[in-house]
Amino acid sequence: MATNAQDIDAFVDRKYDAGFYTDIEQDTAPPGLNEDVIRLISGKKKEPEWLLEWRLKAYARFLELREPNWAHVEYPPIDFQAISYYSAPKSDADRPQSLDEVDPKLLETYEKLGIPLEEQKMLAGVAVDMVFDSVSVHTTFRDKLAEAGVIFCSFSDAVIDHPELVRKYLGTVVPTTDNYYAALNSAVFSDGSFVYIPKNTRCPMELSTYFRINAMNTGQFERTLVIAEEGSYVSYLEGCTAPMRDENQLHAAVVELVALQDAEIKYSTVQNWYPGDEEGRGGIYNFVTKRGDCRGARSKISWTQVETGSAITWKYPSCVLKGENSVGEFYSVALTNNLQQADTGTKMVHIGRGTRSTIISKGISAGRSQNAYRGLVRIAAGAEGARNYTQCDSLLLGDRSAAHTFPYIECKNPSAQIEHEASTSKISDDQLFYLRSRGIKQEDAVNLIVNGFCKEVFKELPMEFAVEAQKLLGISLEGAVG
Amino acid sequence: MLEIRNLHAEVDGNEILRGINLDIAPGETHAIMGPNGSGKSTLSHVLAGRDGYTVTAGTVHFNGKSLLELEPEERAGEGIFLAFQYPVEIAGVNNVYMLKAALNGVRAYRGEAELGAVDFLKLVKSRVKAVGLDESLLNRPVNEGFSGGEKKRNEVFQMSVLEPRLAILDETDSGLDIDALKAVAEGVNALRDAERSFIVVTHYQRLLDYIVPDHIHVLSKGRIIKSGGKELAHELEARGYDWLTSEAAA
Repeated sequence: MATNAQDIDAFVDRKYDAGFYTDIEQDTAPPGLNEDVIRLISGKKKEPEWLLEWRLKAYARFLELREPNWAHVEYPPIDFQAISYYSAPKSDADRPQSLDEVDPKLLETYEKLGIPLEEQKMLAGVAVDMVFDSVSVHTTFRDKLAEAGVIFCSFSDAVIDHPELVRKYLGTVVPTTDNYYAALNSAVFSDGSFVYIPKNTRCPMELSTYFRINAMNTGQFERTLVIAEEGSYVSYLEGCTAPMRDENQLHAAVVELVALQDAEIKYSTVQNWYPGDEEGRGGIYNFVTKRGDCRGARSKISWTQVETGSAITWKYPSCVLKGENSVGEFYSVALTNNLQQADTGTKMVHIGRGTRSTIISKGISAGRSQNAYRGLVRIAAGAEGARNYTQCDSLLLGDRSAAHTFPYIECKNPSAQIEHEASTSKISDDQLFYLRSRGIKQEDAVNLIVNGFCKEVFKELPMEFAVEAQKLLGISLEGAVG
Repeated sequence: MLEIRNLHAEVDGNEILRGINLDIAPGETHAIMGPNGSGKSTLSHVLAGRDGYTVTAGTVHFNGKSLLELEPEERAGEGIFLAFQYPVEIAGVNNVYMLKAALNGVRAYRGEAELGAVDFLKLVKSRVKAVGLDESLLNRPVNEGFSGGEKKRNEVFQMSVLEPRLAILDETDSGLDIDALKAVAEGVNALRDAERSFIVVTHYQRLLDYIVPDHIHVLSKGRIIKSGGKELAHELEARGYDWLTSEAAA
């Protein structure tokens, strides 16, 4: 079966489809990181004094921290002084009120991506808050959401319009001191999304944000804050692609979720950032801190992610289960190809009594990529009757890729139940031959098997995203996914 | 329909098939019997196009086409079906969904239009009854958690949907109790007609009580050492293989 490994390699080696570059005039800060730059960012955004103080404190902390090196990834040192920390589309000065006023080049970009705004507007049930580089340029469906009392806006707008909410919750899930990249983000974050769901409200539509990275040498430092008040429910969808380019780009986002009593937050991500070329040149560095706080009793936070992009991924969407009987879930598909490196997983921190968590992780490695699952399950002394179930499966394509699993379990309560299952498999010659002998072409057979492998995660995605996710796997594995 | 001439094949440098000659006409059922290690399964796999076997000499023609040059999926398109001795489990892949991909793959190869979901389900419903497969297995992952009998029945069910011109049953009787064996045989017999041919590979005569062949061939050390009618099976049952293999050696 010597030919098969090569055949598989041949069709996982598909070119990145969303690679193009838009030439738009940028309002960009000179490269460099210092207090003046932070003051510039804060000033550009007309932020209140307390937020500037908060940023400066984070920056002071950042200077004391060291870049983490425990992840199973390798990359040349990042020169933080070579990065420009602020970039906004020029039209920011005069915000467009309708599509007609939006820079046509911008719209063109989205059309190339297959997400024209016009269509997005018609996609009933989906509001789109787009982030182009650092500033949100368009928000739709805001009126309908406002009727329900839901706030869904750019982070900058929230700082101006709802300062009390931002001040109350910002940094309470991921403190500025949390880690190196979180501290950096806190100091220089540009924009992001803000969501507030009032008490006993079911958000009337899925909320989605399309992120895109477009400016040379501009780090992206998104900040997202989602607050679900008592008894509320929201499903948030995040998806991203990026244009092809040569420079490595750093992306260090922070996402904070707060679920109060009986509230539920479902946060889904489909990530397709530029992974670099076959030699690993030019891909995005994705160093993200995502964490949810199940603050109230019976609250629930679910992370679902499908990761196919980025040169390096360092990402552990986590749940802190403080409320009694609160629930945390993590469903993940991470696909790496060529020289991509992914070190991703989750942390489930059980603090409250009767808290439960589920972790389903599916890693697919192709080419010469490195795919690591890293997960922590921590049961605190007071977490009486806590339960965790972890299932961690790896699938290898070809014979030059690698899968790693690093599970950490810390249990301080004897009544807790923790289960961990792990498997590593290759697409077997037997399976391929079986399907081919039935009349299914080899690449379709591979897609069938890979999709079957990911099924438990895909079924957790909202319908419209499940389709997108299969499409992305198809891009990485070539051919339509069955 | 199928013409095998002087077929030689090896695995990892060991010659397993050493000059097979076999002709099968439309509508005929041929049984291939023989002791363990005689090359029965190798012959099945070489015909279906499995990687890992090197054909060193000989030809195989199927309806005039040179079979050995085709990929496994192309052979399926030409109408060859292999019922596996050990059907493979595929996690997460829905049984009936896989079958739809297979049927439409075969149809595309033949230049036929794709079968839509409604027509396909109609076809599936009628076939699933005919082979007595538990309907609840249709939407389970392919062969996952199936009993031995269910797996074999699933093979026959797939065969009934794909309607091959030549079906190769590779030790379909292995691991089946007598009731399951009868059920599988009934399913196979229902598919026999004047056009469709079968190669029934088996170690035991038992299966041939239920799927009665037109011809029986005894394979030993990679060659057909004896061919005969269905009565040969009973002779083998009574006398074993030894008298034939020693005869061939002499």
